[in-house]
Amino acid sequence: MEVENIKKEFPIFKQKINGKPLVYLDSANSSQKPKSVIDRISSFYETEFSNVGRSVHSLAVKATNRFENTRDRVQKYLNAKYREEIIFTKGATEAINLVASSFGKKFINSGDEILITELEHHSNYVPWHFIRQEKGAKIKFAEVNLNGEVEIDEIKKNISNKTKIIAITHISNVTGAITPIKKIVDIAQEKNIPVLIDGTQGAPHLTLDMQDLGCDFYAISCHKMYGPNGLGILYAKKKWLDLLPPYQGGGGMINEVYKDSISYADTPTKFEAGTMQTAEVVAFSESINFIEKIGMKNILSHENKILEYGLEQLKKKNSINIIGEPKERGSILCFTIKGIHPHDIATILDDEGVAVRAGHHCCQILHEKLGLPATTRASIGVYNTKEDIDILCKAIDHCKKVFQI
Amino acid sequence: MELKELYQEIILDHGKNPRNKGVCSNYNFDAQAHNPLCGDKVHIYLNLDKDKKLVDISFEGEGCAISLASASILTEILKGKDLNLTQKISEEILGMIKNKEKITINSLTEDQITTISSLAGVQEFPMRVKCATMVWHTFLSALNKKN
Repeated sequence: MEVENIKKEFPIFKQKINGKPLVYLDSANSSQKPKSVIDRISSFYETEFSNVGRSVHSLAVKATNRFENTRDRVQKYLNAKYREEIIFTKGATEAINLVASSFGKKFINSGDEILITELEHHSNYVPWHFIRQEKGAKIKFAEVNLNGEVEIDEIKKNISNKTKIIAITHISNVTGAITPIKKIVDIAQEKNIPVLIDGTQGAPHLTLDMQDLGCDFYAISCHKMYGPNGLGILYAKKKWLDLLPPYQGGGGMINEVYKDSISYADTPTKFEAGTMQTAEVVAFSESINFIEKIGMKNILSHENKILEYGLEQLKKKNSINIIGEPKERGSILCFTIKGIHPHDIATILDDEGVAVRAGHHCCQILHEKLGLPATTRASIGVYNTKEDIDILCKAIDHCKKVFQI
Repeated sequence: MELKELYQEIILDHGKNPRNKGVCSNYNFDAQAHNPLCGDKVHIYLNLDKDKKLVDISFEGEGCAISLASASILTEILKGKDLNLTQKISEEILGMIKNKEKITINSLTEDQITTISSLAGVQEFPMRVKCATMVWHTFLSALNKKN
């Protein structure tokens, strides 16, 4: 499959938005879905649907096999050592909540430190805040530098003998900074500190190899990887999953239940309480197929080309301030226009068929640091083209016209 | 959906040059609101005399053109009016923005009605309705707090 003309694989691009072709620059929020993924959800419901992991009838057996096949696919895709290291969740948010809750309950105590960064999305801060409150722990924030990135020395500086876990984003959803996660994991391993990577923005753009990276936890949002909504993945080293208490209680996650005692299922079932997403998990195999047919390296080099072009074109405009100047940037272009609030920009761009996001992008800590209440974010996916950037630039000119700037 | 309905001259003017911005001296009560979805913030300051007349009003805040214009228009329209009337006007304006209801209060000038009507442009932009309504709700909650 070639990355050129990939838009034709995505039915959403057939429609017009406000009479204009859709220019979708909101993939960091959620990506669009290729037809193969949509069709798989539909065919699963039409001919294969059953709940998984419970009944013994033919449909249930088939559905369970397909569900577990996706676990195998994900294991291979991530190069995880064991298939049991793949837990399905409702999103990256739930994946991080699971770790914060289960790890926090067992291993974090009063006075212990959790090291995060100022780049973090609320979903990699609020769950730790719960543990801070519950256990009287402390959250330390590694600071961002002027380029909007977190330097390795800043991480080193903040590690102490009380640090119980480091939780850090792979790619900032605001500055686009790619965090040196491999180096951070190496430093943490020397000190026996586990590392959680919030891979929400990393997984859709970068090749992943869990065994090479060596992190303890990696959270993935499937709907940002051309996959179904309502699905996420937690990769976690088996040694942790075996040690950690369950996150939620319910059907499926138990071994034996008595009035006075309960024992739990083995990993990964222990962490998958209740009825799981079935069609979504099954269809996620098609998302991996889609990515692998093009090749993650080809996706990345295509996106980088569009990103570079976008940076170049936006920098030509005097009124535009691009947020962050990281050495390594992934797929994110946040900007402000002097004299126009991001929400007004987003509404006017939408009138031109251009979909972007405006706001603090669930990163209030970072926006406060930047001294900005809100920014406008154009984020790039596999389907974006240089023409999309040209339309974005024209739409930005239109904003200035509306606001008479 | 017409963009020029949303960004009318009156809105752009009030958005760029908001009236009564800042903290008015001698304010005797205030109220604030925050929209966590977009980060818009508004804080209004009111000076009510013993006859329940709103002798001064101002606001501080950050937000889009619509929210700043709405706050600016609110202060301009309500300044100097009796408390009961300010409440009625606020309720009618919220009805106009949300449900296309007509303004029936006859003590407003034609110019004031034109200014107020410019806020109705958000009707076709459901995601932007809150930008226009937040400050009016904030004002009403300030009155409730006072009572």
